[in-house]
Amino acid sequence: MSFRRLRAIAHKEVLHVIRDPRSLASAIAIPLIMLLIFGYALSLDVDRIPTIVYNQDLRPESAELVRDFTGSRYFQVIEGVSSYRPISQAMDSRRALLGVVIPADFSSNILSGSSPAQVQLLFDGSDSNTAAIARGYAEGIVALYAARLRSQAQDMHAGRVPPVGVSAEARVWYNPDMVSRNFIVPGLIAVIMMIITGNLSSLTIAREWENGTMEQLLSTPVRPSELALGKLAAYFLVGLIDMAICMFVGVFLFDVPFKGSLLFLTISSLVFLFGSLCTGVWVSATFRTQLMAYQMGTLISFLPGFLLSGFIYSISSMPRVIQAIALFVPARYFINISKGVFLKGIGPEILWPDFLLLCGYGTLIFFFTVRKLREKVA
Amino acid sequence: MLPETKGPAVHIEKLTKRFGDFTAVADLNLDVQPGEIFGFLGPNGAGKSTTIRVLCGLMAPTSGRAVVGGFDVSLHPEEVKRRIGYMSQKFSLYDDLTVKENIQFFAGVYGVSAEKFPARLEFVLKMAELEDKQDSLTSLLSGGWKQRLALGCAILHEPPILFLDEPTSGVDPIARRNFWELIYQLSASGHTIFVTTHYMDEAEYCHRIALMYGGRMIALGSPLELKRSLGVGHLLNLESSDLLESLTQLYGGDNILDVAVFGGGLHIKVDDAERAIAWIRQTLSQAGIEISVLEPITPSMEDVFVSLIEHEEKAAA
Repeated sequence: MSFRRLRAIAHKEVLHVIRDPRSLASAIAIPLIMLLIFGYALSLDVDRIPTIVYNQDLRPESAELVRDFTGSRYFQVIEGVSSYRPISQAMDSRRALLGVVIPADFSSNILSGSSPAQVQLLFDGSDSNTAAIARGYAEGIVALYAARLRSQAQDMHAGRVPPVGVSAEARVWYNPDMVSRNFIVPGLIAVIMMIITGNLSSLTIAREWENGTMEQLLSTPVRPSELALGKLAAYFLVGLIDMAICMFVGVFLFDVPFKGSLLFLTISSLVFLFGSLCTGVWVSATFRTQLMAYQMGTLISFLPGFLLSGFIYSISSMPRVIQAIALFVPARYFINISKGVFLKGIGPEILWPDFLLLCGYGTLIFFFTVRKLREKVA
Repeated sequence: MLPETKGPAVHIEKLTKRFGDFTAVADLNLDVQPGEIFGFLGPNGAGKSTTIRVLCGLMAPTSGRAVVGGFDVSLHPEEVKRRIGYMSQKFSLYDDLTVKENIQFFAGVYGVSAEKFPARLEFVLKMAELEDKQDSLTSLLSGGWKQRLALGCAILHEPPILFLDEPTSGVDPIARRNFWELIYQLSASGHTIFVTTHYMDEAEYCHRIALMYGGRMIALGSPLELKRSLGVGHLLNLESSDLLESLTQLYGGDNILDVAVFGGGLHIKVDDAERAIAWIRQTLSQAGIEISVLEPITPSMEDVFVSLIEHEEKAAA
């Protein structure tokens, strides 16, 4: 291993990145765009659900129920209407996700007690996830309203009898406000680093083959391990810049809490970067054209990075086969570390298995990469 | 420069390279002496580039042995690579780097020391006449300059042996001429140069030539020796009023060994020049064709090339 040769390759590779506006853009701009899109747009939180009320009753009892919806931060009553038609129109145009229909006999049923008062809740099921959450909130409001009525009725008839029942006091740890951004951003750091570095490095060897410079390189005393490490060093820099951008935007723009050790997260990032860069170089050495390498690089980094890493979809709720495949996705271990450090403030005392697995993956893929490059020489 | 090793600069013994069923190089034996400019000639697909790739350690031979600079290519590729410079057919420097950055990079991978670098940089820039272009992007250079820069990068580490694979393809004649001046200078300073080409005039510049055809070496010698092998005084040049009709009339005629169109005339290979000239004059005047030139000539490399290959093709048929 010659440091002089290593340095020459790394320096040249940095120049390639700087001179090529496309790779520079994908190295710096794409992480920013992804962060902004995911941070702002990919919100899994449901609030201010646009709601339309069709109140056929119009008496104080029903008006109180409508007030309960209006007062909730989960709902925003955008319109009161006097037939079904505007409700279905509003749902078709996605102006409203919920329609609350109060029948004309609502108040009289409550007052007489002869038959149960009914409320119809209409949801837009084309967005089933949001509909399910909205349904939970809406039923909650109706249930609260019913409980209040019952206790009022008991007050009137039999003096003060406290409402009986069990109430669950739920507290959410680590992300008390359940802000989805807080768990998306730490995962996104991993996904961005994996995708950007995987894509950039997947082009690097294929480009040398296509331009005929690989043949020139192979006629020099450069060794495969020097070639791989030299190229990695350059993209390492890019990866570090990406990580810094992600951390900065996450903590200062999105106010994601950072509770753990920056040092541990940084070291883990370096190990993770090394592995995903090696994967890119391996892809690049395996598929000789830039187009093939780029597509394979995307396939290998993007899909597992998004779907099998636990970034959004929890791995433990996947089918067994998929769970088994996900064991081989290094991003999941890094996401564990990132979320743990960001949100829980835990460190190597708990996360060491993830850290060791990342180290193992990096070593293994580096070995394969050098072997692949050596194969091409012979 | 690394210390000279004794013996030939390149020694090839029963070298064979196969790709599946296709034999690119068959049973090649060859020695190239230090300081020689050795030309490798032949049509496309004759096995020239494959041989060079094996000699540079870019490919492993299927069988046989190649020794370059005293080291076996299969056993000590690293030692071989420190002693050679290679310039491939395709321009293979980095277009998005400047002239100086390319030189820096190759100095780095060849392990040129920091103390030596300034002198080598100056040497290469001067040789390639790029002193005032060292900060231009390589993509902006013209073909001739790129070629000289590629040569410069290949000799940064002062290798005793240089492999040039069609170094002048796609370069204008003046740039080619300049390039060969450089090759002569390098040869004069002790470098061994192994060059492939399919320009016949370039073949004349070489000290020795091997002619490759179908993966085999079909002739070896100095340009003069190869021309002599064709026989001095046995080649006639004919220019006439009807070229194609002359060809038909003469082909297969008494005493005529071969007829080939050559520029505006015919080159006729004969056994006995005097008898043949008489016969040709008679035959063509009977056919009503006017002869403007008919004379014995010294064969060119192209004559040698065409004649040897036709001979091979006839033998194969």
